[in-house]
Amino acid sequence: MTESTGGIDMDEETSGVVKKFLYVNRKAPYGTIYALESLEVVLIAAAFDQDVSLAFIDDGVYQIVKGQQTKSINVKNFSPTYRALEGYDIEKLYVAKESMEERGLTEADLLVDVKVVSATEMADIMAGQDVILSF
Amino acid sequence: MKFGILVNEGPYTHQAADTAYQFTKAALEKGHKIHRVFFYHDGVNNSTRLTEPPQDDRNIVQRWQKLAADYKLDLVVCVAAALRRGIKDENLAEGFRISGLGQLVESGIQADRLVTFGD
Repeated sequence: MTESTGGIDMDEETSGVVKKFLYVNRKAPYGTIYALESLEVVLIAAAFDQDVSLAFIDDGVYQIVKGQQTKSINVKNFSPTYRALEGYDIEKLYVAKESMEERGLTEADLLVDVKVVSATEMADIMAGQDVILSF
Repeated sequence: MKFGILVNEGPYTHQAADTAYQFTKAALEKGHKIHRVFFYHDGVNNSTRLTEPPQDDRNIVQRWQKLAADYKLDLVVCVAAALRRGIKDENLAEGFRISGLGQLVESGIQADRLVTFGD
């Protein structure tokens, strides 16, 4: 097993098939482990040459807010990793407009370039996927 | 149809662990195929052989084991999530195997539908 592909022999198992994967992030970055472990899947998935998008909905938008400071809760601040996604060719990041506005956030508060979409547009994006992983 | 199953919640705490089992069993009995059951987040706690529920309660771990034996299911536990939660080969229940997250992604690629159980 290799670390980068998470236990898969790429040549034998998955070559050729490209599916549209959407990772839906709905939880705040700290308080539960969902956000961190979701990001771990995204990074592994990058090795599979699939068509990957990320969506940030509800408290999930807090995952990509600038200026996270976690020292006082003694938990690792993993938000810089979202900046590294571009290096994995993961560039389609969608943020739910309503979720952002409900929390008093604007695009300027986010640490990565995103596309802000309405609930209707988000529904269309989801409808166009092959695999949706929701964390 | 060929399903991939993702179990994201722990046994006895969350209905998702039960529903994932019920869904998998029902799908198999209807003649569908299960490509793989992948245990992630607290879902990895479904795989420890140290589980001992009270006698009048269901045994969630053994239930998976029996289903796996009956249908030759591939029960895969995420290594990173498992190690965080103290699950290793020495306390892993028979019928489960520990591997990487790539197994989950592969299931998404190879199954017709990947079904997630959890919050």
